[in-house]
Amino acid sequence: MNDSATAIRIETKETPDAAGAEATPGAIVMRDLSFHYGKTPALKHVNMSVPANAVTAIIGPSGCGKSTLLRTVNRIFELYPDQHATGEILIDGRNVLDRKYPLADLRRLVGMVFQKPTPFPSSIRSNVAFALSYYERLSKSELSDRVEDALRQAALWDEVKDKLNQSALSLSGGQQQRLCIARAIAVKPEILLLDEATSALDPISTARIEELIHELSSQFTIMIVTHNMQQAARVSRRTAFFHLGELIEFGKTSDIFTNPHEQRTRDYITGRYG
Amino acid sequence: MAVPIRRRAADIIAFLFATAATAFGLLWLFWILWTTLREGAAALTPRLFTEMTPPPGSSGGLLNAFYGSAVMILLGLVVGTPIGVAAGTYLAEHGRHTRAAAVISFVNDILLSAPSIVIGLFVYELVVVSAGHFSGYAGAVALGIILLPIVVRTTEESLRLVPDQMREAGFALGLPRWRVTWQIIYKAGLSAILTGILLGVARIAGETAPLLFTALNNQFWSSSLNAPLANVPVVIFQYAMSPYDEWHTLAWAGAFVLTAFVLILNILVRLLARKGISK
Repeated sequence: MNDSATAIRIETKETPDAAGAEATPGAIVMRDLSFHYGKTPALKHVNMSVPANAVTAIIGPSGCGKSTLLRTVNRIFELYPDQHATGEILIDGRNVLDRKYPLADLRRLVGMVFQKPTPFPSSIRSNVAFALSYYERLSKSELSDRVEDALRQAALWDEVKDKLNQSALSLSGGQQQRLCIARAIAVKPEILLLDEATSALDPISTARIEELIHELSSQFTIMIVTHNMQQAARVSRRTAFFHLGELIEFGKTSDIFTNPHEQRTRDYITGRYG
Repeated sequence: MAVPIRRRAADIIAFLFATAATAFGLLWLFWILWTTLREGAAALTPRLFTEMTPPPGSSGGLLNAFYGSAVMILLGLVVGTPIGVAAGTYLAEHGRHTRAAAVISFVNDILLSAPSIVIGLFVYELVVVSAGHFSGYAGAVALGIILLPIVVRTTEESLRLVPDQMREAGFALGLPRWRVTWQIIYKAGLSAILTGILLGVARIAGETAPLLFTALNNQFWSSSLNAPLANVPVVIFQYAMSPYDEWHTLAWAGAFVLTAFVLILNILVRLLARKGISK
């Protein structure tokens, strides 16, 4: 096992593109990534290099494995004992799927935002400060500065600055989702995973979050799973199309939507199935 | 677009039936409250709460019984709640998807439906026989054992109601399990857990059989938990069986207070649960 892994690594080091991606902080390289729910395969031998500091959209019909793909990157699937991933996911050159890679480190490096807003049942401030004060010893003033920074970055500060002690559950759905983004970026991750983060929101909130994704993409590697192809076209630089657990096509978003190479991609984006 | 007569008739019949069934159920509650109130009215004075249980033929109150019940319920609560909440947390969080948790959950359900007299006999053998005398401690242990499976069950269920996404959101931030449980999951399930504990208290407040074998009863004021301790259910039981009118009236008054207490606890539970939902 070990020999072949090293062999692959040496091999890809010779390919300039993959080697470059591997070296950039925040880039994600997936090698022969497979995933099983019990015995049902959900991802089949995925090889993919997600570029750093850019938005990569994952599209495909329901059940194609796109959410599963995100859930392997931060190993959140490990909460469920019958789910297994094999292969490699390299972040900053290290295989994060390796059992020896500490989960706390990985999840600090990789933030995640879910389909439904998941504010914790506590104040707006403590929602953001929660993980922050777990990872870093901060004075009170440092902590409130960091909370403010995160809320500003998530374009939420102006709306909540006068009510930081109110329950996060009192916010609207769109505000709650931006709070979840603030919470995720407060610990300064390199990567952000957005799992259909706007599908439960109204069009105006969706537009605000898309704007936000665009702004954040200069600092974070963002992977976004979406059912909405217009959204993928609007926010992402690169797009990956998945079908039945296989990566069918991956390339520049403009190419995927205007000139796909694969028939299946063409069928999907023209609405033939999905 | 008129609704066909058959459907309207079916609707009215279903409505009447449901209303009648509700009224029938409520009838007994009000009947019990009314009867205990009417029969016990003569003893429902401040003296009920300031004087001791009297010897036959003289008047008195139920102070020692209220005190004993309160102390034993409280002690049972102190013993049963932390263990119950911890066990429920294990079943819903740590032990998820494990065989052990499934087995424990099943055994807990058996304990939940065990007749309380069996638990009384068990504690009698365990505590009373080995100590050589009846005691308030033994009563509290029996009540704690009855409370335990109720708290385990309701804690497990309240925590299971917290959506998995909440857990995933906590774990995705890299927080360790104990922090996710303490600071996120407990907060989200708090009102449901409290509801379960209050329901458990309502249940043990009226338990008679286990106390007969453990705390027994005490005619006099005694604050020692190491001695037989007066308590409301057993006093009601003994006084209701006695031939003395004053004792009958006191038993009715005690029954009224007990029923009202359980009713108020249940209303409190409803309010708590509503608060949990509106959140």
